[in-house]
Amino acid sequence: MAKIETRDVNLYYGDFHALKDISMKMEENTVTALIGPSGCGKSTYLRLFNRMNDLIDNVKIEGEVLVDDEDIYRKGLNVDELRIKVGMVFQKPNPFPKSVFENVAYGLRVNGIKDKHVIEETVVSSLKHAALWDEVRDKLHKSAFELSGGQQQRLCIARALAISPSIVLMDEPASALDPISTAKIEELIHDLKKDYTIVIVTHNMQQAGRVSDFTGFFYMGELIEFGRTVDIFTSPKKHQTENYITGRFG
Amino acid sequence: MNKKFLNKLFEKLIEGVITLSGGITSLAVILIVIFLFKEGFGLFGRSTLQDDMVLAVNKSNPLSRIKAANVKAIFDQDVTNWKQIGGKNDSIIIVRIEDIPNYFKESQLGANFENLAPCINHLTDSLSGVILFVPKKYITSSFKGKVLPEEKVGLVDFFTGKEWYPTAVPDSRFGVLPLILGTLWVSFGAILFALPLGLAVAIYLAEIADSRIRRMLKPLIELLSGIPSVIYGFFGLVVLVPLIQSIFNLPVGETALAGSIILGIMALPTIITIAEDAMRTTPRAMKEASLALGATRWQTIYRIVIPYSISGITAAAILGIGRAIGETMAVLMVTGNAGVMPHTFLQPIRTIPATIAAELGESAQGGIHYQALFVLGCVLFVLTLLINLGVEYVSSKRKI
Amino acid sequence: MSFQVVKNIDRRKRRSEKFAFGLFRALSIFVVGILFVILGFIVMKGASAISWKFLTTMPSEGMTGGGIYPAIIGTFCLIGGSVVFSFPIGVLAAIYMNEYASKGFLVSFIRMMTNNLAGIPSIVFGLFGISLFVNTLNFGDSILAGSLTLGLLTLPVIIRTTEEALKAVDDSFRNGSYALGATKLQTIRRVVLPIAYPNIITGLILSIGRISGETAPILFIVAYFTTKLPKSIYDQVMALPYHLYVLATSGTDMEKQRPIAYGTALVLIMIVLVINLMANALRRYFSNKVKMN
Repeated sequence: MAKIETRDVNLYYGDFHALKDISMKMEENTVTALIGPSGCGKSTYLRLFNRMNDLIDNVKIEGEVLVDDEDIYRKGLNVDELRIKVGMVFQKPNPFPKSVFENVAYGLRVNGIKDKHVIEETVVSSLKHAALWDEVRDKLHKSAFELSGGQQQRLCIARALAISPSIVLMDEPASALDPISTAKIEELIHDLKKDYTIVIVTHNMQQAGRVSDFTGFFYMGELIEFGRTVDIFTSPKKHQTENYITGRFG
Repeated sequence: MNKKFLNKLFEKLIEGVITLSGGITSLAVILIVIFLFKEGFGLFGRSTLQDDMVLAVNKSNPLSRIKAANVKAIFDQDVTNWKQIGGKNDSIIIVRIEDIPNYFKESQLGANFENLAPCINHLTDSLSGVILFVPKKYITSSFKGKVLPEEKVGLVDFFTGKEWYPTAVPDSRFGVLPLILGTLWVSFGAILFALPLGLAVAIYLAEIADSRIRRMLKPLIELLSGIPSVIYGFFGLVVLVPLIQSIFNLPVGETALAGSIILGIMALPTIITIAEDAMRTTPRAMKEASLALGATRWQTIYRIVIPYSISGITAAAILGIGRAIGETMAVLMVTGNAGVMPHTFLQPIRTIPATIAAELGESAQGGIHYQALFVLGCVLFVLTLLINLGVEYVSSKRKI
Repeated sequence: MSFQVVKNIDRRKRRSEKFAFGLFRALSIFVVGILFVILGFIVMKGASAISWKFLTTMPSEGMTGGGIYPAIIGTFCLIGGSVVFSFPIGVLAAIYMNEYASKGFLVSFIRMMTNNLAGIPSIVFGLFGISLFVNTLNFGDSILAGSLTLGLLTLPVIIRTTEEALKAVDDSFRNGSYALGATKLQTIRRVVLPIAYPNIITGLILSIGRISGETAPILFIVAYFTTKLPKSIYDQVMALPYHLYVLATSGTDMEKQRPIAYGTALVLIMIVLVINLMANALRRYFSNKVKMN
């Protein structure tokens, strides 16, 4: 059983056909990288899985998107329940203007958890899980904006983990960070794989090669090639993939 | 060559004019301050007695001076015995210039009142309880009564006095406390209902309504701010005032409540526009992060959007109050303009702007009343200045 | 590794969202409803009073009969007078602020003063007008004094909207012009202003709306009642908003004055409505044009 599956998905922004007949399966406890040049639709595709595209006016979606074999675009589905199951980390660190502690506790609070002990325990374990605990244990009640960019991004990961999702979506999570912070995030992704299914959009070929098990290459709204990362990088079947990976365009 | 030079000169000239224009608002503000204070400044230290008039008592009267408030009480006949204000036990006899003929025969006064001065002198001397209020010119050097020293308008009295009777005879009373409190009272009432309502609409426009509805509503809100205040006042007068009168079973419908409702409606566009703009500055990424954590849109609004834009929302509230404090015509038409201390929302009230509007036309230029109204203008100016500074402070202090 | 899984899905939050959104929608409709009630009331009551005769005859029988012709003429005189004064200066001041002044203390000071001027209550402008224009400069109760007072009142509005319009002009246009050797003034005149002018005009039109409805600043300058039309800028005139105030609150016969008051209110509202619609239409027209380019 695939954790995430899409069947012939088409997405339109008004007249613009942004995703064309995308079918793909992602297994549990794997890391799947989505690569491709800017505007190829990879971020749009990622945002299907927690229905973030709903926030944009004028979007039309066709086809099926299944998470745990359940069509997440069916009528009557509770989007906020889906979003608890599918966590997301964004391109730029986007902590809330609250304390470090409250940032991580946010997801719990909005989902109606009031028990102080549960919240405290979960915040600590999430921060540990995101490999941030040692750095912030003394400044839990300082503003999240006092952290460095890399720390902020790991805080956002901790925030996403706190509500125990089973899937974590990452939209170019390291693109705004320095190399050292990036390495930490990549290491973290590697560790998280044990517990989560991870889908990551990245611009960075090497990063995709380092962190992912599977890779999908998008171009102009189409899924050109999808397979094991080793295969894609060593023996791509499609010409465009090869050109992109070897840096001839994009 | 010559033409080029002329062109250059012309250009410099225009640029000079542009630079000068840049200072126009600063110049205007400075001029407004100068002229307001210039006209109002003379008030303090000036006698509250009508010009060229005099108050006098019998020389046996132990009081050497009478406070302006007491003078008013005497002439309103609230005080009828000198004992009540600390004098001896003797009933007070008020003598105005027009009362003189009651005491003398026409022959004594003379055909053209040429003997008025001696008669006044005689009267003051013979009535021990007299208080005399006559033109200065009838007080001659042989006057046997005691002329009371004039009471002056004091700064403290002005701001703490509870009586505003600028045309009272003989002593005018300038206590602006009821006016200041009236202004704040009505504005407070207005903001009490306009702020929640305005914020609700701002939230709806910024976060809930889709763009089509938003495009439809925005011009309507703008229109609401474009309606002249005199129309609001007129509407309040013919619709709201009778309504309030019948609902609360009041003798008059012109009340603070009517003023607050009308002012609240007038402050709505200000609050809505500024609060909405502030909310729209919330980064999309922040809202998305909240939604991605399973928060509903409403949770995102009150947990993320409102805290993030709180300084803008505060500015909106302050500016709304500012709008209400300075508003003149609508308040003038619906609040009944009674210069009393506010206790409830169901009583008539008088605000500073309404006072100026109602009374400036009747006051003589340069007179004490005229000056007092300009001081009211200064008070209003300072109030709005404080509000502006408050807004600058709040919006400069973005907390993150 | 697994840590405590918290899966307490709170259904209350959806109910409270439904309630809150419903409430906000209702309140928004309520606010717009207020607008329509006021407009509708004035239109319904005023429509029967308005006729060609009402608009073009003098008031008569101590304002209990006749029309409002002099008030209409007076209002337009005041609009014209203040526009002549405030438009050029306001636009020039905005040009100075946006194009000439270097960022720093001076600009923030001027901006603060402009904000302060905008925040001063209109009745204070009235006091100032009386003191400076009427008494000190001896213009008397005249169109001139009234126009200057109203013009001053609208200056901040004009400056602000013009500045916004200028700010919206991308710097690349300016740089392109400088690169061709144009001077600053030429750049402003030939490049910046042509691009910005639709928005400037929109701002100017809206400020006219403000002028036409203001009462408090000219309360002591315009005429209570006159049947003479102005011959020069030193004459006194009637104005629509003040006329409405007088009809509504004082006069000889309230009952007979009411229909005239409704009619006057309607005329005033119509002027404001037309001005707003014009500004909106213009804004839409020009923004479409920009899109097509």
